[in-house]
Amino acid sequence: MKIDSGNTAWMLASTALVLLMTPGLAFFYGGMSRAKSVLNMMMMSFVSIAVVGMAWVVYGYSIAFSDGGGANKFIGGLDDWGLVGLEKTATLDDGTGIPSLVFVAFQATFAIITVALISGALADRTKFGAWVVFSLVWVTLVYAPIAHWVWGGGWIMDKVKALDFAGGTVVHINAGVAALAVVLVLGKRRGWPKDPMRPHNLPFVLLGAGLLFFGWFGFNAGSALAANDIAGVALINTMVATCAAGFGWIVVEKLRDGASTTLGIASGFVAGLVAITPACAYVTPVGALVLGLIAGAVCAFAVSLKYKLGYDDSLDVVGVHMVGGIIGALLIGFLGSTAVNPAGAKGLFAGGGLELLGKQAIAVAVTIVYSFVVTFIIAKVIDLTMGFRIDAEDEISGIDSAAHAETAYDFGSVHAGSAISHGTLAGSGSDQTKVEAEA
Amino acid sequence: MKLITAVIKPFKLDEVKAALETAGVKGLTVSEASGFGRQKGHTEVYRGAEYKVDLVPKLRVEVLVDEADADEIIDVIVKAARTEKIGDGKVWAVPVDTIVRVRTGETGPEAL
Repeated sequence: MKIDSGNTAWMLASTALVLLMTPGLAFFYGGMSRAKSVLNMMMMSFVSIAVVGMAWVVYGYSIAFSDGGGANKFIGGLDDWGLVGLEKTATLDDGTGIPSLVFVAFQATFAIITVALISGALADRTKFGAWVVFSLVWVTLVYAPIAHWVWGGGWIMDKVKALDFAGGTVVHINAGVAALAVVLVLGKRRGWPKDPMRPHNLPFVLLGAGLLFFGWFGFNAGSALAANDIAGVALINTMVATCAAGFGWIVVEKLRDGASTTLGIASGFVAGLVAITPACAYVTPVGALVLGLIAGAVCAFAVSLKYKLGYDDSLDVVGVHMVGGIIGALLIGFLGSTAVNPAGAKGLFAGGGLELLGKQAIAVAVTIVYSFVVTFIIAKVIDLTMGFRIDAEDEISGIDSAAHAETAYDFGSVHAGSAISHGTLAGSGSDQTKVEAEA
Repeated sequence: MKLITAVIKPFKLDEVKAALETAGVKGLTVSEASGFGRQKGHTEVYRGAEYKVDLVPKLRVEVLVDEADADEIIDVIVKAARTEKIGDGKVWAVPVDTIVRVRTGETGPEAL
C-alpha cells in the first residue's frame, strides 16, 4: 500500500509527543519525591526509556504485535524479532498508510511509559539494578502479552471485543496494579506513614503534569493511527476530560481540606488523562466532561486508600492510574456512543444495554488478575535473588548518593569550599557529607 | 557586658537593624533559626494528607553591649520588631564574661 503522507506526518509527531511524556513523568514524580532521592526517582523513568526502548526493537514489538500462530490468542510470535523484514514492509496492512517502523516506534513509547509509571510507587527504597531487571522482565512477561490481547489480535480484541482506544487497560490499570504488587513485596518506606514525606518541588510537579498533558495528545489522538476525524474526537475529549478532572479534584480538596492545591490540580489533570485514555474515541465531548469530573473527584478520594489499607504506594500510582483506568474503562460501558465514531459501541445511556459494560468489566478484571499475579511473582523472585530494596542506611541518608553517586542540589552555600559549608542543613546535609568523605 | 539575643520575624530584620544602628550599636550577628512559641506552626495538605509544620522560620539577632546599655538596646529591639500579632518573638540578655577582638587581642568593653 502507498504511504499516506498526512497520516505518517501525524504519527511521527505523535511518537515524539508520547516519548516526551516519560521525561514529563520523571518531573511529575521527581517533584513529589524528597530532595535526597529525586535523582533516583527521575532515573527510574529515564532508564526505562533506555531498557524498554531496546527490548522493544529486539523482541518486544514482535511478541506484542506479530502473529503467534496457534498461540496467537495469548501471545504473538518471534517473526518480527529485531524488526527484521519490517524495514521492507512499507506500510502497516491496516489501510492507514503509515510505515510499519513508525508504528513500532509509536508503540515503543507506550511500553516505555507504562513501565516508568510503576516506578512512582517505589520511591526512595528500590535497588537500581533490581529496577532495571524488573523493567526488562515486566515488559516481556506482563506488558507485551496484555498489549497483544487488547491490540495485537489476541483474545480480548478478537473474542471479548472490549474497547480500549489508547490504553486504559494495557497501560494504566496494568501499571497501577503492578505498582500495588511490587510495593507489597518491597514494603513501606522507613518512617511511613508517620514522618512527613512532602513533595520537595511542586513547580516540578506542575511542569511534569504540563508535559504529560501536552504529550498525551499524541498518546490519545495518535492512537487513531491517522490524521482524521477520530483523532480529532480523541483530541477534544482528551482536553475536556482533563480540564474537568483537574477541576473536580480541587473542588473535592476545597470542600474536604479547606484549600485547593497545586498538587491537587496537577494530580487531577493526570487522573483525567488516565481515565479518558480508553474512552477518548468512544464518547462524546459532553460524555468526556462527565467522565473527567467523576475521575477527578473519585481519584482525589482514592489516593487516601493507602493510609487506610496500609500499603506504601509512594506517589499514588494505584490511586491515580489503577483507579483512574478502571473508571475510564468501565464508564465506556455507560457513556459509550456511536455518534462520534461508528467503530465504537453504545453504552447503557445510549441505549446499548449492559452488554458493553460486561465486556469492559471482563477486560478490566482479566488485566487486574494477570498483572497482579505475574508482577507479584516477578518482584518476589527478584527480591529473593538479587534483593529489591536498598540498605537501611542508604535509605535514610538518601538513595541518590548511594545508588548514583550524585545529589540533586548543593545546599552548602554559606561559605563555598569551607569545611563548614556542608552538613549544616538538617536532613539534607548528611548525604553530601558522605560524598565528600568518600571523595 | 551582656549578650542580647532576639528571635524575630524575618521581615522585621531591616527595621531592627536600622534601629540598632541609630542606637549606636557597632555590630551584630544574624542567623537563620526556626522554632515555635505559643502560636505553634501551621498545617500543609498534600493529596489530602495533612502535614503539621511545627517549626516556623525566624531570625536570631545577637548583639554584644555594655551592661549599662542593655536595657535600652532591648527596648529598641522590642519596639522595632513588634507587629502586635502572634509570633513576634522574644528578646533576652545574658551576662558575658570575656570578649576578645580577634584582630587586635583587645579584651573587655574595648573589644565591643
